[in-house]
Amino acid sequence: MHPTTPIPGEDLADLIACPKCDALYKASEPASMERAVCARCHTVLIAPRKGAGMRLIAVSLTVVILVVAATLFPFLTIRIGGASHSSSVLDAALSFQGGLFFALALAVAALIVFIPVLRALLMLYVLVPIVFDRPPARGAKAAFRMSEDLRPWSMAEIFAIGCAVALVKVADLAQVEFGPAFYMFSVLVVLVIVQDSFLCRYSVWKSLEA
Amino acid sequence: MEIPGGVRSAREAGLVACQRCTRVWPAGTEVCDRCGHTIESRDHLALQKVWAWWVVGLACYVPANVLPMLSTRTLVIQQENTIVGGAVELAEHGNWGVAIVILVASVLIPMGKFAVIAALAMSVRHGSSMSRIRRQQLYEVVEYIGRWSMIDVFVVALLSSLVQLGALAAIVPGPASLYFALSVIFTMLSAQSFDSRMIWDPDAVVDKQARAAELRNRAG
Repeated sequence: MHPTTPIPGEDLADLIACPKCDALYKASEPASMERAVCARCHTVLIAPRKGAGMRLIAVSLTVVILVVAATLFPFLTIRIGGASHSSSVLDAALSFQGGLFFALALAVAALIVFIPVLRALLMLYVLVPIVFDRPPARGAKAAFRMSEDLRPWSMAEIFAIGCAVALVKVADLAQVEFGPAFYMFSVLVVLVIVQDSFLCRYSVWKSLEA
Repeated sequence: MEIPGGVRSAREAGLVACQRCTRVWPAGTEVCDRCGHTIESRDHLALQKVWAWWVVGLACYVPANVLPMLSTRTLVIQQENTIVGGAVELAEHGNWGVAIVILVASVLIPMGKFAVIAALAMSVRHGSSMSRIRRQQLYEVVEYIGRWSMIDVFVVALLSSLVQLGALAAIVPGPASLYFALSVIFTMLSAQSFDSRMIWDPDAVVDKQARAAELRNRAG
């Protein structure tokens, strides 16, 4: 990206500013797989990828299916002697009971189940019409804005790492078995990372503008 | 990629940028017409919001460490563990790896976050010896890593839902888990309130020094 000195009256639509440091640039879209990076703070400004839309749709669909399934199937099972107990993701969230803990239960359920699913659904709502060359869906701008606002609050992948820690903690207390949901969540971690690396926000906003 | 003297901010060019979609508008525009995000050249209340969330975050972090995070009951023992206590016990059992993960995620990262956010907020007012790019990187690390502190709350949730074996063994979450979750949420909000564009604005302090030097030169 090359810094620019805008001439008064120049079309502002051709300019972009780095969201992190406010540096002004004349936007020139790089080739696929190349990235336009802010010259002073190195924030990635534009990073288009061929076929990213289709891949993002596939990933978002998978995330919805995985989270819903992983929520219902047992996650881990422990055994001590004859006694055993299985727990699903929803059980984990709802383990905080009574009074203020109830608020915490809701928050945990939101962070590991509802927000990741909601984000994936919003992404589908925004991307499907664009990728299939239809006019943007109604309220697509608000949907994409919401999806971006929710990004830091979607913590499914952090929960997956939390499982590994929990496993070690119970390991010397009891015998632990993985349920199908455990493997689903492991795949989810990878998908969430893929999802973020394929998304070029500039390209999405540009196509929503049309 | 450094172009000397070339980079100008949208603010200096008399424009205001949307931080959501990077579109640029004439100064004074309040809502981005492309994405609908509220835009402001610089949020003058940003630093106050940062400090407000920072203080409540820190206030919640104290009980999170003092109160018990977990209470474990087995046939033979009943005990309550704080965050650090739990990690120490794991280390005593030889689980050094996990003990370190817990200590890093729930002690080192939160403490570091409080320190870095405070330092960044102060550097905007008083200038800093650290280069701008270094401060920007610090900010990005804090923003990225903040969410990972939630790991300990999830561990408590998992353990207490899993270990419910009637008389044999049971794990119940302690009050610290609530405070810890709140502390993580508040510090995330504190970091999000910080407007990193202020790192890059010309320092008021530096400006003052430059002006003083200029005056001295003229006089001499």
